Amino acid sequence: MEPKTQKNVFTVLLYAALIFLALLCILPFWLMIVNSTRSGVEITHGFSFLPSSHLKENWVQLFAYVNLFRGLFNSVKVAIPATLLTAYFSAITGFAMAIYKFKGNSTLFKVIVVFMMIPGQLSLIGFYNLCSKLKLVDSYIPLIIPAIAAPGIVFFLRQYVQSLLSKSLLEAARIDGAGELHIFHRIVLPIMAPGIATMSIGSFIGNWNSYLVPMILLNSPKKFTLPVMITTLNAATDLQKNQGAIYLGVSISVVPIIIVFCFCSKYIISSISAGSVKE
Amino acid sequence: MADQVVKKTKKRDLNKTGYLFVLPFVIVFLTFSIYPVIRTFYLSFSEYANTPKPPVLVGFKNYARVFGDKFFWQALGNTVRIWGVNIILQLGLAFLLTMVFSDFKYKIYGLPVFRAIYYLPNLIAATSVAFLFKTLLDWRFGTVNQILQAAHITKTPINWLGDPKYAGMVIAVIGAWMWFGNSFIVLMAGVQGINRDYFEAAAIDGAGRWTVFGKITLPLLRPIMLYVFVTSLIGGLQLFDVPFLIIGNSVSNVRGSIQTVVMYLYKFGFEVSPNQVGYSAAIAYVLFFIILIVSAIQFKLLGSKED
Repeated sequence: MEPKTQKNVFTVLLYAALIFLALLCILPFWLMIVNSTRSGVEITHGFSFLPSSHLKENWVQLFAYVNLFRGLFNSVKVAIPATLLTAYFSAITGFAMAIYKFKGNSTLFKVIVVFMMIPGQLSLIGFYNLCSKLKLVDSYIPLIIPAIAAPGIVFFLRQYVQSLLSKSLLEAARIDGAGELHIFHRIVLPIMAPGIATMSIGSFIGNWNSYLVPMILLNSPKKFTLPVMITTLNAATDLQKNQGAIYLGVSISVVPIIIVFCFCSKYIISSISAGSVKE
Repeated sequence: MADQVVKKTKKRDLNKTGYLFVLPFVIVFLTFSIYPVIRTFYLSFSEYANTPKPPVLVGFKNYARVFGDKFFWQALGNTVRIWGVNIILQLGLAFLLTMVFSDFKYKIYGLPVFRAIYYLPNLIAATSVAFLFKTLLDWRFGTVNQILQAAHITKTPINWLGDPKYAGMVIAVIGAWMWFGNSFIVLMAGVQGINRDYFEAAAIDGAGRWTVFGKITLPLLRPIMLYVFVTSLIGGLQLFDVPFLIIGNSVSNVRGSIQTVVMYLYKFGFEVSPNQVGYSAAIAYVLFFIILIVSAIQFKLLGSKED
């Protein structure tokens, strides 16, 4: 029985290491939540793993400086329409590219593949230049409308349609007298739903967390999205005296996405796995 | 698309529908993706200050300036160094985890839970992560130094973000912390895609753990590794959020060891007054060509043994 005990000891050690790593992932967020309930004086005097009782003071002080709920609301206003546009238009584009044999289809496909490899920062300067020429600086339009064209997601959904949708189903619907758009809405979309959901969650998180482009485009503080608003806490000298309020601000920005994750982690994980299995 | 045309759905009509369906994508793609890339290219050959005054073409002047700019090369060096440390930690950890969870002898339970927790740091906005660590790593009042001092690991507080010795490493470790879960999920998906028969056959033949990992898992993971490597490189060379938010572009004694290429590009495009948009665009294109060359080399090295 010697090797068996050895195996058991090793298994326990493995679990210990895995749990330690998991703690490293959670600990910073736990400290963040704990510190957002502690007063500035408590924080400067030492650390604690247990919450204190100053949440309300921190809250009052934070919101006297900045209304984070406005940022939250602004982020919702940008991220939700952008995600819906990405979902719908990527689905219809991917479907059309998989099903119809129109001229230029394969060229479009090649351009999309090439574009997936081009780093986003490359076009930052030109993008800003375009927005200022179109008088779209300090507007949400350049944060929302470009979501219609998401090459990576079109690529994925095109493959998805090819592998899932049977052409005979489409033929049958056509014989029954359904128009193409109708077929897409009534038959194809429900079949594509799991793939669309997977991709949408990924793109929602991307939109929600996006920083560089909103930071460049938005000038008026009342339009700031949450990530941009969080960075303004840096400049608040009043708040620097009470780190508890700063921790609370960061907590407020983090908690919504953790809640989303608790409900959708399965989709999120599969969206990451899916990204890698493209041939 | 009228409902009556159906019975004799001519090929031509269907093709027309295809055009209509991809049209919105194509219009937006041309406007907001293709045009900015071309426009950036044009601006990289001109002088322009983000003012109503139109750009003036100046030839290769901006590019010549990039190649002679020692701060650009320093920024590139910083970016590569931070990425290098980051990717070794990130992939090393992801590989170890993949080995543990794909081991056929030690059946480790709880993959979905561990996977979700390891992914958590990647889910949070980089702004919040940066801000959180900036506060936790604060020299005087940061929780990290308080814990280290309480555990007698260090006597005096360590100036994590203000000392060039540590600052770059801190950014790299934060990056690895944010991304190892992502790499792990991708590698694990690759392992799960490998036919189980290979592993069973190897087990019957009495192959050891390391042999299986080296002879079966690694070679079959090659395309996925290429994917992880190239995406991490493309992402890593564009590193911006975390170092920008932790250190910033303002005068600071660690800027020289932290400033990344995109931070440098951002400085000329949006911070200096007047903006030097042409120079910023040229930096973007030089970075792009560097990414292109390095990805091509990676494809050659990792992708050559395709079957």
